[in-house]
Amino acid sequence: MTAEVSTPVEAIEGLDTVARAADTPDEEQPFAELGLQPDEYERIRQILGRRPTQSELAMYSIMWSEHCSYKSSKVHLRQFVEKAPKNDRMLAGIGENAGVVRISDDLAVTFKVESHNHPSFVEPHQGAATGVGGIVRDILAMGARPVAVMDPLRFGAADHPDTRRVLPGVVAGIGGYGNCLGLPNIGGEVVFDPCYQGNPLVNALSIGVLPASRLQKKEATGAGNVVVLLGAKTGRDGIGGVSVLASATFDEGSDERRPSVQVGDPFLEKLLIEACLELYDAGIVVGIQDLGGAGLTCALTETAAAAGTGMRVTLDKVPLREASMEPHEILASESQERMLLIVDPARLGQVLGVAKKWGLLATAIGEVTTDDTRLAITWRGQTVVDVPPGSLVDDGPVYARPMREPSDRILVQADRAETLTRPRTGDELRETLLTLAASPNLCDKSWVTEQYDRYVLGNTVLAQPEDAGVIRIDEESGLGVAISLDGNGRFAKLDPYTGAKLALAEAYRNVAATGAVPVAVTNCLNFGSPEDPHVMWEFAEAVRGLADGCLELGIPVTGGNVSFYNQTGNTAIHPTPVVGVLGVLEDVGYRTPMGFSADGDIIILLGETKAEFSGGEWAWVQHGHLGGTPPKVDLAAEARLGTLLHDAAVRGHLGAAHDLSDGGLAQVLVESTLRYGLGASLLLPEDADPFTLLFSESTARVLVTVPRGHEKAFTAMCAERDIPYTPLGMVDKRSGALDVRGQFRIPLDELRAAWTGTLPALFGGYATNVTEEVVPDIAAVDTASAVIVAPEVALADVDVPDDEVSPAEATVSGGLLAGSDPGSDPASVGSAAAGSGSAESDAGGAIAESAAAGSDGAAAGSATSGSDAGSAADTDAGADVDAEGAEGVVGAKGAGGKRAGVRAAGAKGGAAGRSVSDAGPASDAGAASGAGAASDAGLTPGSAGADDASETAADASGSATAATSGTAASAADAEAASGSDDAGAASGTLASGTAAQATADAGAPSDAAVSTTAEGGSTDRSDEPADAEPADADPSDAAATAEDEDGDAKPASGSASAG
Amino acid sequence: MSAHRDASHSSESADVEGDGSRRKVGVVTFPGSLDDRDALRAVRLAGGEPVNLWHADADLHGVEAVVLPGGFSYGDYLRTGAIARFSAVMESIVKAAGEGLPVLGICNGFQILCEAHLLPGALARNSHLHFRNRDQWLRVESTTTAWTGGFTDGQEILIPVKNGEGCYVADERTLDELEAEGRIVARYVSGPTGYLDGHNPNGSQRDIAAIRNEAGNVVGIMPHPEHAIEALTGPSIDGLGFFSGVLRHLAHPREVAATTGANA
Repeated sequence: MTAEVSTPVEAIEGLDTVARAADTPDEEQPFAELGLQPDEYERIRQILGRRPTQSELAMYSIMWSEHCSYKSSKVHLRQFVEKAPKNDRMLAGIGENAGVVRISDDLAVTFKVESHNHPSFVEPHQGAATGVGGIVRDILAMGARPVAVMDPLRFGAADHPDTRRVLPGVVAGIGGYGNCLGLPNIGGEVVFDPCYQGNPLVNALSIGVLPASRLQKKEATGAGNVVVLLGAKTGRDGIGGVSVLASATFDEGSDERRPSVQVGDPFLEKLLIEACLELYDAGIVVGIQDLGGAGLTCALTETAAAAGTGMRVTLDKVPLREASMEPHEILASESQERMLLIVDPARLGQVLGVAKKWGLLATAIGEVTTDDTRLAITWRGQTVVDVPPGSLVDDGPVYARPMREPSDRILVQADRAETLTRPRTGDELRETLLTLAASPNLCDKSWVTEQYDRYVLGNTVLAQPEDAGVIRIDEESGLGVAISLDGNGRFAKLDPYTGAKLALAEAYRNVAATGAVPVAVTNCLNFGSPEDPHVMWEFAEAVRGLADGCLELGIPVTGGNVSFYNQTGNTAIHPTPVVGVLGVLEDVGYRTPMGFSADGDIIILLGETKAEFSGGEWAWVQHGHLGGTPPKVDLAAEARLGTLLHDAAVRGHLGAAHDLSDGGLAQVLVESTLRYGLGASLLLPEDADPFTLLFSESTARVLVTVPRGHEKAFTAMCAERDIPYTPLGMVDKRSGALDVRGQFRIPLDELRAAWTGTLPALFGGYATNVTEEVVPDIAAVDTASAVIVAPEVALADVDVPDDEVSPAEATVSGGLLAGSDPGSDPASVGSAAAGSGSAESDAGGAIAESAAAGSDGAAAGSATSGSDAGSAADTDAGADVDAEGAEGVVGAKGAGGKRAGVRAAGAKGGAAGRSVSDAGPASDAGAASGAGAASDAGLTPGSAGADDASETAADASGSATAATSGTAASAADAEAASGSDDAGAASGTLASGTAAQATADAGAPSDAAVSTTAEGGSTDRSDEPADAEPADADPSDAAATAEDEDGDAKPASGSASAG
Repeated sequence: MSAHRDASHSSESADVEGDGSRRKVGVVTFPGSLDDRDALRAVRLAGGEPVNLWHADADLHGVEAVVLPGGFSYGDYLRTGAIARFSAVMESIVKAAGEGLPVLGICNGFQILCEAHLLPGALARNSHLHFRNRDQWLRVESTTTAWTGGFTDGQEILIPVKNGEGCYVADERTLDELEAEGRIVARYVSGPTGYLDGHNPNGSQRDIAAIRNEAGNVVGIMPHPEHAIEALTGPSIDGLGFFSGVLRHLAHPREVAATTGANA
């Protein structure tokens, strides 16, 4: 261990030793190529009093790179400390491997998010995989057992060919690593925007749990203590990964950089975790640091610098994958799955024993010194490095880079989305809702998240698509944590200060929606080049916003990561601060999920809705617009809302809670109804503009459901806390639809088809049946994709194979859609066409033809014609039903007027929804053959029996339709028949479609429905002035009004905010 | 309420002994095992005494049944389960299984059982080539095993599936034999809610999710019953039935499973 007493060694050819450096002061060195500025290089010479050796130069260049030194961001990041709110939970904060927060007397949680953007663009699979591996080791280094991961991901346009290269690779990489490591993936984001086309963002978060007493340090203390390298051998992978990759922007040459991306071995990391935990528990570890960016260089210098000690290291002892590696390569290597341990020499044997048990290499490579506080590294008996470790870690350059507010900002802010043309009619709103639900940013992300294990460890209480991930920490007490990560690059582009606060507000709200109490913050700040004054201004503003926001909410930033140089050429990405908020649940038993789960629960919107569309999804999807100012942030309101959600959850007042953000109320309704397949009947308050209420992205809003019997207590809590609330309707199982009275009605199957079809269409569906009988036939298949009801956005690349994508590939995704979807399930894309077709036919007549034509045409025609057909059908059928349904409610409420017509229409609507499911079994054959196309474009040549697929698809739809026309009628009858029974049951309902039908049919108890409406709808407003029109005048009264003893109806919503 | 929450439950508490002692059920930890803790928890919640077995230790420590949990045994870079088969503990388990020891292989455990030739066939890459995790409906088709006695024939249960290599394959003759001898323990079905893209999550032949050996003491299952044992963390608690089932079996061994086997 002790440095060999150096018998004079002959100079080794080409080896740049300290002695040689002293002798050759004028030798030219490639500092510029390594990313160092001339003045930085000069500074190194001053520190050393000579020129650096080749190894030293490599070390300084890495440690002083932007990635490791935070040289451009440091001056701003100080605010996180300076503005940090008082907090007695924090056990470790900024500057440590990860922040540590106490969550009970003896337990603590550590969490952190980091970027792995650049490697993931170069090599998506390994880049993303090692991103997971790296953050997990950070968590491990704090003494914690990692218990979950999350991944916020941002890609270029969903339909861009390169996204099809990057996204599947990234997702497979994250899944492959995390799954094999045994960590549940419990949330994250998948966002598409052209600004990330040449620079995707792959951020990774990990959470770990530790007994507070097991907190580990990185300090290399204690003279004579042994420096042990544990884990993988050191190879050439990742050499220069940090300095070359992380500090260079992408251009034409990025293809050549592949070798510098690290390669991960999750199995080894799993062993490393178990071994480290065993060592911690045995109390053997004095200090520990993971090897990540800058590898051994960073670990050696940081551990020594933290303790103010020195080290003598014999580099020859480092186990190598390639014997020919040179010292600077060994020092810079970013080989994964390695940890550096400082241990008492007396216990070295124990360490080696634990390593052996887990099949790991453990090697003593040096010792800690205190008489000499320099880091001395020898190689082949010669000293190649002799530096003060602190000079690499703490004395790096710090820049206050120039900043400039973009000059076009005023113009951009003046171009407000609030002035864009809006949908007005119910039909237009319906179309808009479906289009948004199917848009890449709002659509179902199962295609991604199904590739992650969310169950392993058995403590996952909530995972995606829930608002936040919730993990049980203590099985006995039920203690747990919730965590959410959010960011919105468009908001931050419009106003980085507000954008950062909005990200914080959203993550805070997501955590609060589960019932957790938010306690701490982490962040990953993704920006362009700090050398661009505009970018630097954006960065400074975002940091200021986040620091201010955390101060206002009273929760500290515990750590984070900055990723600069996210740009292609001169074009930076949108500034993208991603903020993670950690919350604590004293008992995960009271957590609130996001989905509507019980029939009859009352749906209430919390918070105030303003006309705020700038930067939102509607403006982007419908108008390709980005301008104006983002929604206003009100953190005080967020905090009030958070407290309410926690208190109400503890008291059992909530059935569901879902945060409103991207896509507004409309999107929340889509997600909450589809979560468990329960419909909702709503009536928007008459004083509200339906479009604004449905699509605004105003903040501090959450949609909740409240079980019957709890509404009084809950609304009283809202009133006490000055939180505006608006009852909107009720969960309505029988309706099988998202039914917004007077506006539109969308059967859940149709909604599901729109919401779930997008990603499979873009990235390939799952096909699950055996592929034996598949006959490739390309010609017929690309037509099949047209069945999708989704908007053009979703389809652009599927139909038209461009040069980057082989026809076979495009075909397959199309083929899968056509084949597997209609066949496999009611809610699929294909059957949606059938579904709407049959809805139309029910209402209008020419059923079989129209539906058959719809799906046929879709199968054979273009996307446009397909969706046209679909929507035409929708419009006809839907509109009729809705209009009449709404009227019917009124009738029931008023004098019991014209209900017959209503019931008919309503019943048809319901039946149509149901008939779609009838189609399911019939078309299983289609699934078998069509889906047989199976698997992967890469492997299965061409696609499925295209002919077969499309034919069967058509057949399936045909028979579906046939079945429909038959069953629809009978279903309608059944409905009608059961109606009378339901009159009683309807008493629980809030003027729902079912209620209307039931009452109508039974011909009697309209009063029952009405009086319950009064009771259930709003309970605490009898002191409100009665200001509504007589009920039968306006359909919008029905659901959201109450009747007091005098029989006066009042709008349910306005009163709420007053309360 | 949702299908998820409505899922039928099959888990009366397994008071196995009555004399206060608990049956020991072992769970093997290979270096890359991931769901071992979950399996131990499942044994405990079912009323058994969980015993952690170590891959390198041939001693079975007196357990009366063994669970081979999910994970990636030795990284499984070569072929799933291919190395685990040769571990010290597997030698003991193979021998004991031959003498009637109940063995349940879950996911990676199923793969290991096939590699060890305790069960026929193999688990190949999912036909769509993606790892896939979702809540999956199964139909129980054999209740005469050591593990599934608590279910009723044809019962549909909901438990998570999560695998990259869960596509069960065997030659036609083997498949026919399995069918004829009633050795298909569970199949993938669409359940009351259905799936958007097919009931079979991985392309398994004949929708096979679980099979058993002739004697019925060895069962391999691809989905994860140990992830469906608590309403808080699972889509149902249907999975508990496997663990309470083996405890009941140990308390009252079924002659049929051990001897006749073939007529399920």
